[in-house]
Amino acid sequence: METLQHLWPPVKLTLQLASVTTLTVLLVATPLAWWLARSKARGKEVVATIVSLPMVLPATVLGFYVLIALGPSGPGGRIANLWGARTLAFTFTGLVIGCIVSSLPTVVQPIRNAFEAIGDRPLEAAATLRASPWQAFWRVALPLASPGILSGAVLGFSHTVGNFGVVLMIGGNIPGRTRVMSTAIYDYVEAMKWDEANILAGGMVAFAFVVILSMILIEKRFARMRA
Amino acid sequence: MSVGQTIRAAFRNELAGFTLDTAFEAPAKGVTALFGPSGCGKTTVIRCIAGLIRVKDGYCSIDGEVWQDRDGTFLPTHKRPQGYVFQEASLFPHLSVRKNLLFGAPKEKPKDRPQIDFDEVVDLLRVRHLLERPPGNLSGGERQRIGIGRALLTQPKLLLMDEPLSALDRKTKSEILPFIEKLRDHFAVPIFYITHDLTEVERLADQLVLLEKGHVVMAGSLAELESNPNSPLATSREAAVSLTGSVSSFDPQYGLLHLSVPGGVLTAPSPPAEINERRRLRILASDVSLAREYPGRSSILNVLPARVVTLKPLDPYESLVVVALGESGDGERLLSRMTRKSVEELELAEGLSVFAQVKYVALGAGRGEE
Repeated sequence: METLQHLWPPVKLTLQLASVTTLTVLLVATPLAWWLARSKARGKEVVATIVSLPMVLPATVLGFYVLIALGPSGPGGRIANLWGARTLAFTFTGLVIGCIVSSLPTVVQPIRNAFEAIGDRPLEAAATLRASPWQAFWRVALPLASPGILSGAVLGFSHTVGNFGVVLMIGGNIPGRTRVMSTAIYDYVEAMKWDEANILAGGMVAFAFVVILSMILIEKRFARMRA
Repeated sequence: MSVGQTIRAAFRNELAGFTLDTAFEAPAKGVTALFGPSGCGKTTVIRCIAGLIRVKDGYCSIDGEVWQDRDGTFLPTHKRPQGYVFQEASLFPHLSVRKNLLFGAPKEKPKDRPQIDFDEVVDLLRVRHLLERPPGNLSGGERQRIGIGRALLTQPKLLLMDEPLSALDRKTKSEILPFIEKLRDHFAVPIFYITHDLTEVERLADQLVLLEKGHVVMAGSLAELESNPNSPLATSREAAVSLTGSVSSFDPQYGLLHLSVPGGVLTAPSPPAEINERRRLRILASDVSLAREYPGRSSILNVLPARVVTLKPLDPYESLVVVALGESGDGERLLSRMTRKSVEELELAEGLSVFAQVKYVALGAGRGEE
């Protein structure tokens, strides 16, 4: 068992990264999805397209731009200067930012669909019942869209756990700091440590299985509740 | 009537070939029905009043409080003291019936009008047994009752009802109508009621706004429009007048209720009722015949002196005669539909004294004492 001790740091870091990323991405994705679902602005599909880009771009392209943005001459570097650091690249914060950008489309889509499925009527009803637009959002739209938000959260979490390319580009695979499960597996394979690679890879297969199954069950449950 | 008790609305809008140009005012009391065929713009009008649609050229005020004006004044929907009942109840599926009912209930009591009490509404609409249930598996009629209760509990100054019965089947409709009658009589909230169904108008309305192709054809009290020979109501096959009578006595031997209306007393078979109770009566034009002399023994109980107000030929064979009850002809108006032959044989003319024989008087639900 002692030999497996060194497997724990990448697992722990992966879970931390996925949790922080999921919470943060929800804060960005929910208002964005609401705006995309409700706004009548002409440019909104352009915004939707930009948000979707990470879905089709190779991780290296995305990683490259995020790396530049986080680096010493990008906005990330200037932010890092606030606490005396040179760059956000190769840090945990940098990883979170990269993962937010790359998981945003996966999270926004189900939430936007859920908001669109609500339609105008419940919000009109809320308005006639004295709810301001802000209250209608919290008391009606958000609870009605909660299955979509839950789906978005689960997808965002698992997307981040499975992120390899972006994490490698901007994290640099530094043990204990930016080395997560997916990059650790890569290392173990390179070093021909098949046992370790096997355990981590098997763990991720099991994780993905649990995620997808629970998503299906959650959806079924909500469908029953609403019937 | 002073301005303070009036609802005034005027909306003008042109949209893809449809011109909406409606202006009317109605007393802020009782039920005002907006009546017209589908596509006449009545839903647009009520949505404008609610602030759910904003047309530039619009005006709306109630009790002297301006909700919309042409200078850009526009109170957003959630700030208008209104209740709105949608065609489909549109309950919130994630909240229990109780939470749906209380969704828009203000924390503070209204200062300028009597409070509508939660328990009173729940009992009146008979939904107490449903309170803790989610609305998902309720019947259409139950949902609509909760939709009505939810709107009432916002303590509205005006209740807007957009065809609340049209999504329901016939049987459920007849279950809900008495509830709407009850709330009309029980709570002092003026109601704007949209419908394309004449029977709902006859049972519920006090005032009527007739809409056609986006325009107001006629507006006035129900009695006025029903007995106006130029209104489409009076010339229809089912033309009838709705009167309000107060119970003057009850004959237990035959189970007959005597109700006095301006200009006369009408008799109808009925279970006993309280003296002075107000009841709505409905008399079809085809159930009224006229005679020059007091008829002898007859199966018809209601024979009342009246005077001819107007005659209007409907087609080459039939005419509509409007009579006013009372020997001097200053009472309620009735319609009588008859053949041209009868009109000529009786030598009917305006101002002539006649006897109106009413074959059938339909009694509505009690309206309480006034």
